[in-house]
Amino acid sequence: MQLVLEKRAERSNAIALVSPLIAIGLTIVTMTILFAILGKNPLLALQAYFIAPLTDGYSLQEIAVKATPLVMIAIGLSLCYLANAWNIGAEGQFLIGAVAGSWIAVKTQGTDAGAWVLPAMLLLGAIGGALYALIPAICKVKFGASEILTSLMLVYVADLFLDYLVRGPWRDPHGFNFPTTAEFDPVATVPVLIEGGRLHLGSIIALLVVAAAAVLLGRTIKGFEIRVVGAAPRAARFGGFNANQLIILTFAVSGALAGLAGIIEVAGPIGHLQPGISPGYGFTAIIVAFLGRLNPIGILIAGLFLALTFIGGEQAQIAMKIPLDVTKVFQGILLFYVLACDSLILYRFRLVFPNRQVTRGTG
Amino acid sequence: MSDAMPNSLHTGERPLLQTIGLTKRYGDFLANASIDIDIFPREIHALLGENGAGKSTLVKAIYGLIQPSAGEIRWQGERIVLSGPSEARARGIGMVFQHFSLFENLTVAENVALGLDGKESFKDMSARLEQVSKTYGLPLDPKREVWQLSVGERQRIEIVRALMQDPKFLILDEPTAVLTPQEADQLFIVLERLKAEGRAVLYISHKLEEVKRLCDTATILRGGRKVATCNPRQETAASLARMMVGGEIKEVKAAAGRQTTVPRLVVNDLTLAPDEPHGVRLDHISLELKGGEILGIAGVAGNGQDELFAALSGERLSKDPGTVVIEGIAAGHLSITQRRKLGAAFVPEERLGHGTAPRMRLSENALLTGHAASGMVRHGFIDTAATLKTVDKATETFDVRKAKRDPEAASLSGGNLQKFIVGREILRNPAVLVVSQPTWGVDAGAAAVIRQALLDLAASGAAVLVTSQDLDELAEIADRIAVMFHGRLSAPLAAGEATRERLGLLMGGSSLDQREVAHAARA
Repeated sequence: MQLVLEKRAERSNAIALVSPLIAIGLTIVTMTILFAILGKNPLLALQAYFIAPLTDGYSLQEIAVKATPLVMIAIGLSLCYLANAWNIGAEGQFLIGAVAGSWIAVKTQGTDAGAWVLPAMLLLGAIGGALYALIPAICKVKFGASEILTSLMLVYVADLFLDYLVRGPWRDPHGFNFPTTAEFDPVATVPVLIEGGRLHLGSIIALLVVAAAAVLLGRTIKGFEIRVVGAAPRAARFGGFNANQLIILTFAVSGALAGLAGIIEVAGPIGHLQPGISPGYGFTAIIVAFLGRLNPIGILIAGLFLALTFIGGEQAQIAMKIPLDVTKVFQGILLFYVLACDSLILYRFRLVFPNRQVTRGTG
Repeated sequence: MSDAMPNSLHTGERPLLQTIGLTKRYGDFLANASIDIDIFPREIHALLGENGAGKSTLVKAIYGLIQPSAGEIRWQGERIVLSGPSEARARGIGMVFQHFSLFENLTVAENVALGLDGKESFKDMSARLEQVSKTYGLPLDPKREVWQLSVGERQRIEIVRALMQDPKFLILDEPTAVLTPQEADQLFIVLERLKAEGRAVLYISHKLEEVKRLCDTATILRGGRKVATCNPRQETAASLARMMVGGEIKEVKAAAGRQTTVPRLVVNDLTLAPDEPHGVRLDHISLELKGGEILGIAGVAGNGQDELFAALSGERLSKDPGTVVIEGIAAGHLSITQRRKLGAAFVPEERLGHGTAPRMRLSENALLTGHAASGMVRHGFIDTAATLKTVDKATETFDVRKAKRDPEAASLSGGNLQKFIVGREILRNPAVLVVSQPTWGVDAGAAAVIRQALLDLAASGAAVLVTSQDLDELAEIADRIAVMFHGRLSAPLAAGEATRERLGLLMGGSSLDQREVAHAARA
């Protein structure tokens, strides 16, 4: 008996939908084993991770708040990945967006600047993220430098730059030497949607971004261009599409979205600029993009799910003393399974017996 | 036909190699269905069949590259199970593939050494290489690097490499597909010699005249099954074709009263350096193509046809706009999209990955070239109904067979996909159509549909440029034929004057005038 991986004649749409669910299932099985090894009751741990956060209003709001940057960044990344441009540096673009937008907040601090401050911050955050993403894109197009490496390395540059600013020139003079800017003025803050709640305007912006991406990819020639350049580069060139221009474009768009997410995070839930504004949103968004099948609606769902793991991870730490890093392990395992299950879209398993008895496997 | 014949020819002699009920299935697909074939010493045995008939599968099983699902292979009467090609070679079975496996940056001798088991020293091996190549009249310089060699010379390396293992049985997969007629003649002399030495040759081809001339026996496959074994010399090309195709092939006909009008495509002294290390430099190419005319470009692959296609289509741009003129407008600097807007259409050689995005639907692949000028895009938004309409129209007009209305390109057979691609372009009513290898790897029925479509398009007033390695195809449809060699284009010959001999000389790089002068002087 032999197990062979066999190419399908056409991609299977059913598996394309089911594969993320299989991946989640396998991840949960693996995590159960991991919890058991850690000496925790797996059922309680899973309950803390996946059920508890869904049971109270505060946690539900918090999931939406966490999902907001994840979804916005992942939408941008999905455009890059569809076009075969590998932007791994969304974390850096997120930080630079936060820095660029915060510049206005810091400069207008304590003045009577009007309602223009927040829109200007958001705009500048997006521009900052886009420009920062253009560095690896231009290096790729002009010099053939691997955008994977350059975009990743620029994350650390951004991280240290932000660190320098909040410890140096932008440090709050009344902040007892903590590395942080002063709290932003109300005009420089993203308004909340429910009085006294945590849910903010950024979540609405994220939903608009999802809708725009769905229209772009599904209905427009630009979206087609992005898909065909990634799927068949030579055919795309024959179709008259320029892959280099598209690298620049998708990097700029994804940088802008990451930057926008950065400034919304800082001007929203956090309220000031400080180190550690991101628990790795830019990297987790890579998982969100793939778990969502690089599809805008899928990314929205995947973003909410990954946000759940962040919140669940915190609850598990409080309730069961499970280290927060287990959340990262969880996310890593999930990405691994998602990519593995993806091969089932183009391939299927088949059991082959000698003596010409052929049985079709499922999958 | 005459199934019993070969046995009477070889009475009493034991077959060198036999397959008995050889079957190979891939999933649900039966690539070989219970094939019996007997190959005798001192025999050149043709394996005939269309693309997808199962020829490659059969020889792969004989050469140990794949394991048959059922049936057996007998070698000198004894049942064998081959673990792989090296065991096949050790037993005396050699093979020359259609696609060479050579390292471009290594020398001839190094390439040969890599293919042998390496027990002898490099120096001994080189000496033996020179001796084998001399004995069989296959001249090769062991010290030259492969990238400098012509396709014919590269094939010689593969043949010499196989002969150095002293095979009793040699398989050649479409060896003349890449050769000029003269080079093919030289190859036939070598094969006759191998036969005289008592070896057997299995010769895969779909060129019927060649098979009739060279082969003693022919086994014909169709749809994975053996149709007949016969003596090709007692058959006509038409009867062999009928057995291969399983029916009559429609003959293509040019519409009467075709008139050529104004030039629609002009190439003026186009010179273009290659954009990759071993590419071909286009060297002062000029041509003029009028509406209503089909110009054929013959030549052995790799002589600059791909580069010319890229320069004409705009996948590569020229600094000088005047080098390519489409419909009277200098277009050398224009992108492929802009050239399409001028009324040009293009069909590249490679169907999957170049002409279409394999994993995208036909409607999306209609959009791939149709977005420029076919009203499929409005204000940046795709008109899905218009793209589907193109699919339906191409399906109907060119008889594209597919499982559903809008499948992925990769799920179509080669012939049907090619019909779709050609149809997609022709439905745009182009003023100029540039086609590369229109029927390469396509079954005879689809090839006839495509050639007829090209003729009809020309009859409607379009200018059609066809690049092909198949001289019969060009003879069938072209009004004039020019030859590409080392990036240069010969002056076109009128179809009536373009004999195989004259084209063959041009394909081998001789300038026609000198040769003909020499001939005349000798006569």
